[in-house]
Order: sequence, then structure tokens, then C-alpha cells
Amino acid sequence: MDKLIIQMFNKNRQEIFNRWMEEMESIREDHRLQNISDKAYKDTNVEFFNIIFAHLERNEYKANDELTDFAEKLFQLGWRLSYLTQGLQNFRRIILSVLFDTEKSSTKVFDMFDEIDRWIDPIINQLINESAKNWENTVSIQKVALQELSAPLIPVFENISVMPLIGTIDTERAKLIMENLLTGVIKHRSQVILIDITGVPVVDTMVAHHIIQASEAVRLVGAQCILVGIRPEIAQTIVNLGIDLGQFPTKSTLYKGMQSALEMTKRKITETE
Amino acid sequence: MNIQSCVEVRNEWDIVKARQEGRNIAKELGFGSVDQARITTAISELARNIYLYAGKGRIEISNLDSSGKIGLRIIASDDGPGIKDIRKVMEDGFTTSGGLGAGLPGVKRLMDEFSIDSKENEGTEIITTKWLR
Repeated sequence: MDKLIIQMFNKNRQEIFNRWMEEMESIREDHRLQNISDKAYKDTNVEFFNIIFAHLERNEYKANDELTDFAEKLFQLGWRLSYLTQGLQNFRRIILSVLFDTEKSSTKVFDMFDEIDRWIDPIINQLINESAKNWENTVSIQKVALQELSAPLIPVFENISVMPLIGTIDTERAKLIMENLLTGVIKHRSQVILIDITGVPVVDTMVAHHIIQASEAVRLVGAQCILVGIRPEIAQTIVNLGIDLGQFPTKSTLYKGMQSALEMTKRKITETE
Repeated sequence: MNIQSCVEVRNEWDIVKARQEGRNIAKELGFGSVDQARITTAISELARNIYLYAGKGRIEISNLDSSGKIGLRIIASDDGPGIKDIRKVMEDGFTTSGGLGAGLPGVKRLMDEFSIDSKENEGTEIITTKWLR
């Protein structure tokens, strides 16, 4: 950037700072930062300003590590990207107005205007990219975490396994349920599998369809499914929907399901003397 | 009638969002847990139909108050391919996607009022209401 511009900014640093701080205070509520203490907000603003200003002086056209580190720290604290972008936009507005006050020749102003735009836009872009990457990262980590929780098959007794299902079942998860059921049946040599749907909030035709298909597949590899944990309201909606679950045994609770699973494998629980 | 919530359905997770909204509004209006389950299941079916057959559309949920009767209305609309034979989709067991074919007739049984309007290549609108008893 032009040496002259930088010089001019240095001369007016205090004024730019004061005006910028004032602007940032007025937009505080827009970024839902009211519940952060005044001091913390002010300190962050000062740090942000110093980083931008140092950046300007160093004449770089890319966001440096200092700025990206600062941004990352704020993202982790839950601050919004809009705080950073608006901070930079305010900074641009203020330095431009300072520029117009000091420089009267219109062609020169136009050149400087252009220069400042070229300086600030890549920084904003980089911050947006950084934040998008941050989000994508979080989403993909959570996706993996969710997948791990998705459909565990737990061998409880010899020949008896339980699959507890919690949360919404979408197509991807339904596929995992089917796969885990079939590989688990072979691996644990299960004869009876209890599918527990206590934690499934809504059983619509798609969910029912997937459960029916899964249990049919389990039957083909020589085991049997018992559907347990059917809450009263779910039972009523299944009847209203007209879904036929007559093909396979159901029980209200996991406990009752376990009893009949033991019966089916010719065992029972007795109290010791 | 005032619209309480409007959810754009574009992917599978929007279905979850739509029925969450439905459950909250049903709870607010004072529906019992069985009716809450009926309403959320109905929304789930309608939203899934939008996602499966039209690709995108919207679910509007509003509350009704007509001469002291309180109700919840769901409007599911899309600009998708439309339904060729409405009488057929209202039959139990009819499906074009390999599902159970219980969706629309099921919704009709879950709710109190049900109307469907569809034009080929123009879209479909389903309006259904549940009254608080």
C-alpha cells in the first residue's frame, strides 16, 4: 500500500481508534454479545483493532497468523463471524472518511479507495473461509461421533443380543442398523435379537418399514427379532397408520422381551436359595 | 388463524425440524401425549413425502380458534410432479417407492380433517387439521 496512506493513518490513529470503538459498542447487541462483561468486550475490541492496524502497517494483503489465531480463539468462545466482518467493515468506513477529510484531490482519493478495498476484501474472505472450515470440521466430527453411537449391537447372554435405538432414524442410520444387525448375528451367533425403540421419538411408516425389513433379513440368517420398548402413544400411532406388525413378536419393555428371549432359548432366570 | 411456523423441507434433517416444531406447538396448545405423537407422525409422513417425491416444499403449522374450538392445522405444499391418481394414493398399501404405502391414508386416520389437492406437473397441497378435545 502507498506509504502516504500508511503515514496518514498513523497520524490519525487515535481518532480512528476512538471512532471505531464507538461503532463497535453500538453494534454489540447485533452480535448477541450483551452478556459478555464490558471489560472483556473492550479488551477484545482493543486487541482486534491493534491486530488490524499492525496488519495495515505491515502492508500485507493476506490475513496473517495473528489474525487467524485471533479469529479462531473467538470462534471457540462462541463469538460470531459477523463480529469480525463487521469490525473490518467499520474499520474500512472510518479510514475512508478520515481519508476524505484529509485528502482533497479526487483522483488520488479514488486510487486510495481502490487500494484500501483491495487490502481489506481478501482479509474478510479469508476470515469467512476460516469460519466455514471451522464449521465443516465440527459437523464432520459430530457426524462421525453420531455414527459411532448409531446402532450398537450388544451381546447380553449367550445367543441373545440387544440393539438399543435412540433418536431419529434416517435412511443412513437405517442402513447401518441393518448392517450391524446382520454382521452381529453372525459374529455373536445370536438366536434372538431384541430391538429396543424406547428412545425413538417418532415411528412413522419409513421407520417401521426399515425395522420390518431388518427383522426379515435377520430371519433369513436364522435368528429372530423381538421389538421391545413400544410406548403406548407409539402403539396407537402404529395402529392408526395401519402398519402390520403381526409378523413379528413385540413386547412393551426390554425386561419382558428378555424373559421371552430366554424362554425361546430354553432358559429362565431363577432366584438362588 | 395465524401461522406459527413454516419449515422449508429440502433434506432429511428438515423433516426432523418440521416435526419438532409440530410437537412444540401441539404441546403449547394443550394436546395430550398421544395426540402429540399423532401430530408429529403425520408431519413426519407429509414432510417425507415432500422430500421423497417433490424434492423440496414447505410445511406450515398454524393454530385455529373457531368458535371456541382449538385446533392445529398442517399445510404441506410443494411444486413437485403432482399426484396422478389421488384415489389410488389414498388406498392402503399403494406405493411407488417400495415403502409400506401407509403414509397418506395413515395421515388421514391420524388427523381429524384431511383434504388433498394436486395437479400433475404443478404440485400438491395437503391440508389437515386436528381438533383439541
